[in-house]
Amino acid sequence: MMPVADFYSSSLKVPMLKSLLAVSSFVCALAAHAAPDAALVRRLADADSGVKVAAIRELARTPGPDVLRLLEAMSEGRLALAGGAVLIVDGGSAFDAATGAAVKAPENAEAVTVNNRIRGELGNALAALGLFDPDPAVRLASARKLQGKAAAGMEAVLSSALARESDPRIKDLLALTRAQAHLSSADPAVRRAAVRALSGSSSPAVRGLLLPLTGKDGEADARVRQAAISAVKSIDGRLALTENLGRAFSGLSLGSILLLGALGLAVIYGVMGVINMAHGELLMIGAYSAYAMQTVFRNHFPEAIDWYLPAAIPLAFFSAAATGALMERTVIRWLYGRALETLLATWGLSLILIQAARALFGAQNVEVANPGWMSGGVEILPNLLLPWNRVIIIGFALCVLLLMWALMNRTRLGMFVRAVTQNRAMAGCVGVPTARVDTLAFALGAGVAGLGGLALSQISNVGPDMGQSYIVDAFMVVVLGGVGQLAGAVWAALGLGVVTKLLEGWSGAVIAKIVVLAFIIVFIQKRPQGLFALKGRFAD
Amino acid sequence: MKSRRAFLKVAALSAALASIGLAPSGARAADAIKVGILHSLSGTMAISETALKETALMAIAEINKAGGVMGRPLEAVVVDPASNWPLFAEKARQLLAQDKVAVVFGCWTSVSRKSVLPVFKELNGLLFYPVQYEGEELEKNVFYTGAAPNQQAIPAVEYLMSPDGGEAKRFVLLGTDYVYPRTTNKILRAFLKSKGVAEADILEEYTPFGHSDYQTIIAKIKAFAAEGKKTAVVSTINGDSNVPFYKELGNAGLKATDVPVVAFSVGEEELRGVDTKPLVGHLAAWNYFESLKNPENAKFIAAYKDWAVRQKLPNARTVVTNDPMEATYIGLHMWKQAVEKAKSTDVDKVIAAMAGQTFNAPSGFGIKMDEKNHHLHKPVFIGEIKADGQFDVVWKTPGPVRAQPWSPFIAGNDVKKDEPEK
Repeated sequence: MMPVADFYSSSLKVPMLKSLLAVSSFVCALAAHAAPDAALVRRLADADSGVKVAAIRELARTPGPDVLRLLEAMSEGRLALAGGAVLIVDGGSAFDAATGAAVKAPENAEAVTVNNRIRGELGNALAALGLFDPDPAVRLASARKLQGKAAAGMEAVLSSALARESDPRIKDLLALTRAQAHLSSADPAVRRAAVRALSGSSSPAVRGLLLPLTGKDGEADARVRQAAISAVKSIDGRLALTENLGRAFSGLSLGSILLLGALGLAVIYGVMGVINMAHGELLMIGAYSAYAMQTVFRNHFPEAIDWYLPAAIPLAFFSAAATGALMERTVIRWLYGRALETLLATWGLSLILIQAARALFGAQNVEVANPGWMSGGVEILPNLLLPWNRVIIIGFALCVLLLMWALMNRTRLGMFVRAVTQNRAMAGCVGVPTARVDTLAFALGAGVAGLGGLALSQISNVGPDMGQSYIVDAFMVVVLGGVGQLAGAVWAALGLGVVTKLLEGWSGAVIAKIVVLAFIIVFIQKRPQGLFALKGRFAD
Repeated sequence: MKSRRAFLKVAALSAALASIGLAPSGARAADAIKVGILHSLSGTMAISETALKETALMAIAEINKAGGVMGRPLEAVVVDPASNWPLFAEKARQLLAQDKVAVVFGCWTSVSRKSVLPVFKELNGLLFYPVQYEGEELEKNVFYTGAAPNQQAIPAVEYLMSPDGGEAKRFVLLGTDYVYPRTTNKILRAFLKSKGVAEADILEEYTPFGHSDYQTIIAKIKAFAAEGKKTAVVSTINGDSNVPFYKELGNAGLKATDVPVVAFSVGEEELRGVDTKPLVGHLAAWNYFESLKNPENAKFIAAYKDWAVRQKLPNARTVVTNDPMEATYIGLHMWKQAVEKAKSTDVDKVIAAMAGQTFNAPSGFGIKMDEKNHHLHKPVFIGEIKADGQFDVVWKTPGPVRAQPWSPFIAGNDVKKDEPEK
């Protein structure tokens, strides 16, 4: 992991350099501005947050590189108070925040506390300063940041930024932001124009700003109130769309996770009819593979740590597959056709595997970090942010599914597996080595479970008994989908994911879980063969 | 022949097992005082409770090094109730009836405490409970070294309503579905009502233990926050669910400057293993933070780090200290002082001697056990999460606060006595 200080300085260098290069043009454009007033700077370190906020607002009115540097340092917690002087601390060196003179970093410097209120204020002030940056990308980002946050006092800054802006996209955004600031104007006509301008927005923050204007308490003028009511209504329409899209996405995401958890079981249960209670532990092996690979990368390739996850894919598959093959060879093959004994034996195996994981990795959960490229999210629409880890897991589930499908339908092994599923005795008669196919199919199912566990490690906890919480879900998917069919598992997983998410939104997580279980019980009563059943004649 | 060999094998195996079971008893010093440690070392609560076991063992080693209690060494009896609430009662009975321990340090969740209470009452045992909880309880056999609601939950919500906390007007009360979050939220609801917050501005949500999919909850919080008033989240999520919750919160881009989340069961330990950079500014309320600067705390942290390295704990170089660990540490030392004052480990005598005990705690304050109500007088701190997983204290009480186990915000509590029934 990158030390925090390095992280900041490296991410900072670019904008800092740019703003320094821009000093000359800045100075000319904004007329002469002096270094920040020392008394004002001292107030940044005042004990009272109210005084700090006032000082920040005051400073932000006179944009310039010094102010930018000062506020950036403050937002990163690099401002310190020592002997009445405010210092900017930069690694080992320090300089006076008002004069810019380098000073020796004192021992007893006390860091200036930045709480949420100050951080929000600094964010706004920095974004306002960013509106004057020569780089259009910085200006655009700053304008975006100010959306829904514009305070009444920012009107002047916004107007001057708007007057200097040439990029039409940024101009539009700034006009919207200024309209938000205008909502608290004293003139009803200005307020009404602002409400009209904002009615085209689809951001929940803007809706929040307009909402107080729809009531008598927040707005005295009836015509403004009317305009606000219709504006909120039109925003609501657009928000409902993104909310439903968001719900569908979370259902899809849960479905993909259920599918990854159940796909391996679909093969094992489907082909051999083995009720594998140790399936959850195969998921666990996959998840611990991610942890093991992460540890290897941390110790030996710290610069490539972001790529530990792809490297863990083969490890997860083969370690789970090897465990599966071992289980089949040593225990399960002696118990074919005896469902109850298999159930008990695999349950025993699951306990052994849990205890083995405890002995190897400790009883506590282990930390598996999201790689950098899986953190954060992508904003599709103003109110629809899809987290990368979930998007990638959906893609991963699709890939695994495609590979499984190809393997089952396009290879000789897949043909053998299907033959054994449909009629074991007849397949044996025509020369299919059923015993070997059993082992391979079991190993394949276990390996796929390992891949599922690898994906699970990115969104939930990795611990010795993590498998226990997925085994019920996995069986639910397979039973609902119908035995022996991949398509059944896919539809069941997606259906359960979407239904669970809809119910959760409506009734909360606890009730949703109960309702889904009750639904499956009723469904299995009515249709014991599941959603999809194999057609044709069976030996058993 | 075969059956005979099998018999021999079984006999050898059972002998080996027996010797494992008996080995500690053989090594036991004759006059050691036994101390029971009842914390989950596996299951969903292990993330929080394992560190408490280590702290208790460290404090015991520390006391033994300084000559023990009344010249007798302490001997820890560690059991693992595995986050399984009925098993807590079973293990508590084992500690009291079979191992005959003088005192038990244990439990985290209120449901586990409620499950062992009848055992402690029946066998007249002594339990030190080190975690903040919902109050509504005052038992003769229990000393509560964590916070009561007025020492954590109420000040935290007051902070959220202050200008520095963002003047929140709407509240999401989010918790794991069991007695502590439900009761705390009942108290908070009554408190918020007394402050003029409307019913429609409070959203209560619960998830099961070990819940790992927080997409819906985060979407609900986002929608609830878009109603034009400043919204804050009060989280009483317990155990390892916090990791997926905070991961989702970070990935969904819900910033602390927009919707601050204040947590009552999340400390330094729970945040190990979470990337805290997107979480900067979210809050926690406790009676202790590792980042507090004072000599007692420096000593405590150094002692625990040293302990972790010597015991070869996993990730020993990055261990942290937190509030319930401090409470465990205070509890053990106060119990030692009380035993020395009572000159006996007899439960009733120790209970009497506990009243008014003081200890210089790592929080930097002289902490006192109340003369009557079995709770500590504790200072309250509110901290913001920093990028390195530590907390920046942004608000604190001027001094220790007396606990109110019977919250005045629950009807009928005004007639309840502020001391346990004899």
